[in-house]
Amino acid sequence: MKLIDKKITCYVNDIELEVEQGTTVLDAGKKAGVDIPTLCHLDLHELGPVNQSANCRVCVVEDDNSGNLIPSCSQYVYDGMRIQTDSMNAVMGRRTSLELLLSNHPRDCLTCVKNRNCELQTLADDLNIREIHYKGEKMDHPVDDSSRAIIKDPNKCIMCRRCITMCNDMQTVGVLSPLDRGFDVVAGTAFHLDLDQTSCTYCGQCVSVCPTAALAERSATPNVWKALNNPDKHVVVQVAPAVRVAIGESFGYNPGDISTGKLVSALRRLGFDTVFDTIFGADLTVVEEAKELVDRIESDGPLPMLTSCCPAWVQFIEQQFPDLLDVPSSCKSPQSMVGALSKSYYAETAGVDPEDIIMVSIMPCVAKKSEADREELSEAGLANVDYVVTTRELARMIKEAAIDFRTLAEGAFDSLLGESTGAGTIFGTTGGVIEASTRTAYEMITGKELGTLEFRQLRGIEGVREATIETGDRKLRVGIAHELGNARQLLEAIQRGDAHFDAIEIMACPGGCIGGGGQPYHHGDISRLERRAAALYHIDDISERRKAHDNPLVKKVYEDYLESPGSLKAKQLLHTSYSAKERI
Amino acid sequence: MKKQDVLDTSNLDEQKLAELDHRIESIEGNVEEALIDILHQAQNLFGYLPYNLQRYVAKKLGLPSAKVNGVVTFYSLFSERPRGKYTVSVCMGTACFVKGADKVLNRILGLTGTEKNVMSEDGLFTVQDVRCIGACGLAPVVTINDKVYGNVKPSDVDDIIRRYKKGDEYAD
Amino acid sequence: MRIDTREKLSEIKTANSGHKKKVSLYVCTGTSCLSMSSDLLLERFEILIDEKNLDADVEVVRTGCLRFCGQGPLVIIEPEGTTYTQISLSDVDEIVEKHLIEDTRVERLYYEDPKLQKKVPLADEMDFYKKQKRIALRNCGLINPWRIEDYIAQDGYRALADVLENYTPEDVCNTIEKSGLRGRGGGGFPTGKKWFFTLREESDEKYIICNADEGDPGAFMDRSLIEGDPHALIEAMAIGGYATGATQGYIYIRAEYEVSIEPLRAALSAARSYGLLGSGLFQSGFDFDIEIKIGAGAFVCGEETALIHSMHGWRGEPRTKPPFPSQQGFRGRPSTVNNVETFVNVPQIILNGAEWFSSIGTEGSSGTKVFALAGSVRNVGLVEVPMGTTFRDIVHVIGGGAPEGKAIKAVQIGGPSGGVITEEHFDTPIDYYSLNDIGAMMGSGGMIVMDEDSDMVDISKFYLDFTQEESCGKCPPCRVGTKRMYEILDRLLAMEGTPEDLERLRTLGHNIQTASLCGLGQSAPNPVMSTMQAFPEEYEAYAYRTKRTAYEIDLSLCIGCTKCKRVCPVDCIEGELRGAHVIDPESCIACGACHEVCPKDAIIEP
Ligand SMILES: Cc1cc2nc3c(=O)[nH]c(=O)nc-3n(C[C@H](O)[C@H](O)[C@H](O)COP(=O)(O)O)c2cc1C
Ligand code: SF4
Ligand code: SF4
Ligand code: SF4
Ligand code: SF4
Ligand code: SF4
Ligand code: SF4
Ligand code: SF4
Ligand code: SF4
Ligand code: FES
Ligand code: FES
Ligand code: FES
Repeated sequence: MKLIDKKITCYVNDIELEVEQGTTVLDAGKKAGVDIPTLCHLDLHELGPVNQSANCRVCVVEDDNSGNLIPSCSQYVYDGMRIQTDSMNAVMGRRTSLELLLSNHPRDCLTCVKNRNCELQTLADDLNIREIHYKGEKMDHPVDDSSRAIIKDPNKCIMCRRCITMCNDMQTVGVLSPLDRGFDVVAGTAFHLDLDQTSCTYCGQCVSVCPTAALAERSATPNVWKALNNPDKHVVVQVAPAVRVAIGESFGYNPGDISTGKLVSALRRLGFDTVFDTIFGADLTVVEEAKELVDRIESDGPLPMLTSCCPAWVQFIEQQFPDLLDVPSSCKSPQSMVGALSKSYYAETAGVDPEDIIMVSIMPCVAKKSEADREELSEAGLANVDYVVTTRELARMIKEAAIDFRTLAEGAFDSLLGESTGAGTIFGTTGGVIEASTRTAYEMITGKELGTLEFRQLRGIEGVREATIETGDRKLRVGIAHELGNARQLLEAIQRGDAHFDAIEIMACPGGCIGGGGQPYHHGDISRLERRAAALYHIDDISERRKAHDNPLVKKVYEDYLESPGSLKAKQLLHTSYSAKERI
Repeated sequence: MKKQDVLDTSNLDEQKLAELDHRIESIEGNVEEALIDILHQAQNLFGYLPYNLQRYVAKKLGLPSAKVNGVVTFYSLFSERPRGKYTVSVCMGTACFVKGADKVLNRILGLTGTEKNVMSEDGLFTVQDVRCIGACGLAPVVTINDKVYGNVKPSDVDDIIRRYKKGDEYAD
Repeated sequence: MRIDTREKLSEIKTANSGHKKKVSLYVCTGTSCLSMSSDLLLERFEILIDEKNLDADVEVVRTGCLRFCGQGPLVIIEPEGTTYTQISLSDVDEIVEKHLIEDTRVERLYYEDPKLQKKVPLADEMDFYKKQKRIALRNCGLINPWRIEDYIAQDGYRALADVLENYTPEDVCNTIEKSGLRGRGGGGFPTGKKWFFTLREESDEKYIICNADEGDPGAFMDRSLIEGDPHALIEAMAIGGYATGATQGYIYIRAEYEVSIEPLRAALSAARSYGLLGSGLFQSGFDFDIEIKIGAGAFVCGEETALIHSMHGWRGEPRTKPPFPSQQGFRGRPSTVNNVETFVNVPQIILNGAEWFSSIGTEGSSGTKVFALAGSVRNVGLVEVPMGTTFRDIVHVIGGGAPEGKAIKAVQIGGPSGGVITEEHFDTPIDYYSLNDIGAMMGSGGMIVMDEDSDMVDISKFYLDFTQEESCGKCPPCRVGTKRMYEILDRLLAMEGTPEDLERLRTLGHNIQTASLCGLGQSAPNPVMSTMQAFPEEYEAYAYRTKRTAYEIDLSLCIGCTKCKRVCPVDCIEGELRGAHVIDPESCIACGACHEVCPKDAIIEP
């Protein structure tokens, strides 16, 4: 459709409006102060795709000129259009669609993980549905709880197709598709395979947009409660950078409000014995990764080196690009580094039997749950990380424990693995990992101290970004991609030999971990993600130390334990390997 | 079901797979547009579209299996289950329905001891309903493989099915 | 030879015109006749004619549907037009012997007029054929669809030559618009206008697509047109391509029509080998070719946006419009989608002029419409009539009324998207406006006659079963709504419904009509809504549970033969040999088995 910058006139409920050509009826309604309900519609703007399948029919309004009901989310205003959003037909049409959906829905809100966070539930209230007039057969699919990350309950699926759009159009993983047809239609996997038998990366982006509980994280909280209540266990917890700028949203704070201190206090109240910061692991990752990069540059390859801290991305490359497995850095993710050190260095230092340590991670991420299960990520039969709890789950635990989050005092991380820098902090947003690594790599390569620490050319929100950084007489060519579809583009360019980079950062989620699948739901409002990212950069800005290698604890760990970056011991504890997997 | 079962194509006839490869390789233009056509050909070769065959096609065409499976399960002519030696199609088009095709269908299901679209235990029959085969003048119409039976009454069915069971389908 | 000038076209025409031999024997190999083995008849005729050395005088023509499918297999012998019906293999020898050698007639194979109970030897004298007027079906049954020369002999491809020589694309669109041709696929959109829309779009590529999905169960017009006269479609698509700026055409045909695909493929390659498809047709700068795309069993793929998705190789799911296919169609390019019957009118309009076409039919509804007449009617077959013909004429005159003198209760048009027309509207002229006035629509041409025995609630359920199964499942009004309607009807029929169910059906039906995404859902409730309106008492009988559902034995007729008792699958018939038999109404499942076997017709249907 050609979008000409042209103003046209339309009427919404008889209110005259001037709008630009190419405005949806939905947006025109907003301009007129009418909030037309939607359900299937999802528009992530510059961050991702639009789910414009117009299938739920909840947003229908009447076009007075034709007398037809039209879906306001995907029809554009034409000149002279007269829209009635509240005509009898429109209201009845909407209600019928919703009632019919509900007539085929379990409606067990009380015990549902989406209770009070469910778009379907909210809509039923908004549309004042007080009775379901239709009864009949309901879907009856087995619930898929095969994976450690995601529970898929197709009986709660309303076929909005958001997940399909995310998985296919944004992530290009293609695990989900509409299956069957008619009443039996469902968003499912090939041959109804269990999720753990598919090429799912567990990026969780389907989860983060599913309006119902058809796709939800698999909760680790029961196990964590059990561990916390087991006096024989020493329960260590770590918190990822992106959690501290998002969890507040679950307690009435604004997106981007920083609640690091309260978060730490809450964790202590919950009964964790030791509270570590994943940012420490991020700093360590930076140092190890920068070393690896320098080594690779010096020994001519293989380049580019791709970051490996995002487990969804790791799954993706293993499945989709098995021939490129030599390019990701062999570094473990920060969570696994912290896990590995907790069960070795910390255990030794604190005099705890590693067998008694339970390592719990608080992550913005669904994929980290499955990362914890990777065989490669264990030492002597002990997994680096035992349980991964998402931001949302932690908020629920805090509520469950009747902790009043807002009145908590500001707590501090435990020392040993609790010190952080601004560099590790920005790991939580796209471009952050590479920016942090560049700060360190620059100094490693040139031996000189960096002047300006910010690499603004690496920041931003475009899906694929590139920059060249002068490091002495060598130019460091850096690429960044967030969302797996963008990563695919980059990798294909590399395969074709069209792209030449030294280092590439890839994050599976839109905006990086701040947009992770385990974060409080954004409900399509991407300004939330932007504010979370801004908060991370703000923490970096005001940090005393802003380079990973300046982290005193990082230095100390090397001195005490790991010897030097890239040492044999570091390799053994902090690095991992990848294996090709057949794609489904 | 396990991933491995879907990846494993060792139970598929190699010669037929080679034939399928050949057809896939000879696609001109956009491979995605050829998907439905390729699935028809695969079904013609193998009789039906078992999961491993679907995934095989998906891989060959460079498409996600879910997408291929989504297409297969959308169209009623694609079958994911093996089919009997005889496909009995009862026309349930309107012309045939108003002339009692539903009764004919029920009778056939009873005689073959099957449900719709499920192969009978003896491997002989798959009974399905189809929509108008364009021979409404002969309503109700039943076809068994390529043979068409017109003006079928429920009481005619016993005889017809018995003949196929005995194996002399061509006796009239 | 490449036909790239009018002269060459005329040459071929002259060489193939007129009856080449004294006698022409037309054997129908349309689907219906073919499924009664008319191919074997054809073969037998050929063998015998060869054996008896008749081939100097007699030619056997393999034709498409001769339209009177209910009387198939059919043979018409020209020049006189003798029509033999319901021929079996053993009749062939007799026809050859008597008709061709002895020049007498095989009267027992004449069609018997059911009303007059009189044999009618000639097609032209049969009520079935008399009232028809052929434009779309002009060549169907007259030519051998496998021979392009036969088509050229009937002025085939001349319209294309005319257009390429004398018309601008705008001229073609104008002519079609002036003719008043409207889409025959169901929607009735003015074809000329649609072509203009595509013509005006700018694009590097455009496509013209023929919708040959013909999903309406009980309709076989398009199939017969393709089988009987494939070149008319090809020529029309080339004209349409020229008019809209498309150089590539596609025919999307349902896979169930395997038999039709063969002659179509043959026709395409014949046209190609004559240079009537390919590059630089008739030495103009216009290139055009056609490809076939085959469906895989989904009614909804008849909807144009779904059809395009299916052409892309995906699930045939409709999408919201606009954008229309003429803006964004196949491969995202402007595409024109037209129905088979719409297309085949085009060459005739070009040859005879827009005025000629618009003079046929009624104001605003030009030309003819082909219907597939079936159901409870004596004469089953294809019927092409001028717009404005009444239902009464079609059903009672052409169709000869219901068999066994039963009363006709209603005519269902438009298949699962349509509704019923009852006796009170039988005098309505069939055109777009009059149908609209009585709350019906033209539909694609399925016409099913229902007699007094039909249970309208049951029939509604049948249609809903269909739409419900064929729903693509994308939007809840259709996906869940039609299921709920189906369930309500199912409850009613099982005598488990309530009067409130009727209101529920009406409200739900209305909301499904307004809120569904595509035409399938929007029209799915039509059969229910229209029968509820026309036959409320039938619904009420179920809702208030006053309907009789068991069979009953008329004791005055029963002779006590025990036949019924022996077939009853639930053993609910009591009675002794030669004594009266009684059905237990509580247990009877109304399977009808007893009714069928009773020699005395003593068993009354509910
Ligand atoms: C559910 C549904 C099924 C349809 N099936 C057919 C069909 O089988 N054949 C057809 O020509 N048009 C069918 N149509 C109409 C097409 O969408 C389209 O309007 C038509 O092909 C346009 O051609 P026309 O203008 O020549 O009629 C169907 C529409 C709907 C909503
Ligand atoms: S998904 Fe939503 S509506 Fe459904 S049971 Fe859960 S909370 Fe309730
Ligand atoms: S909302 Fe109503 S149904 Fe739900 S818990 Fe409260 S009282 Fe119960
Ligand atoms: S988690 Fe990611 S890869 Fe897996 S199904 Fe969801 S969107 Fe697709
Ligand atoms: S699983 Fe969720 S997101 Fe996906 S279609 Fe169903 S309701 Fe929508
Ligand atoms: S981007 Fe972050 S939140 Fe998303 S999958 Fe990767 S690690 Fe997890
Ligand atoms: S109305 Fe029915 S067929 Fe059409 S899009 Fe909706 S579900 Fe699919
Ligand atoms: S209709 Fe069927 S069930 Fe009823 S009495 Fe007759 S045979 Fe028995
Ligand atoms: S079949 Fe007819 S005549 Fe014979 S016992 Fe039954 S009802 Fe009486
Ligand atoms: S929100 Fe518009 S159709 Fe679903
Ligand atoms: S309805 Fe059965 S053949 Fe047409
Ligand atoms: S198919 Fe032979 S008359 Fe119609």
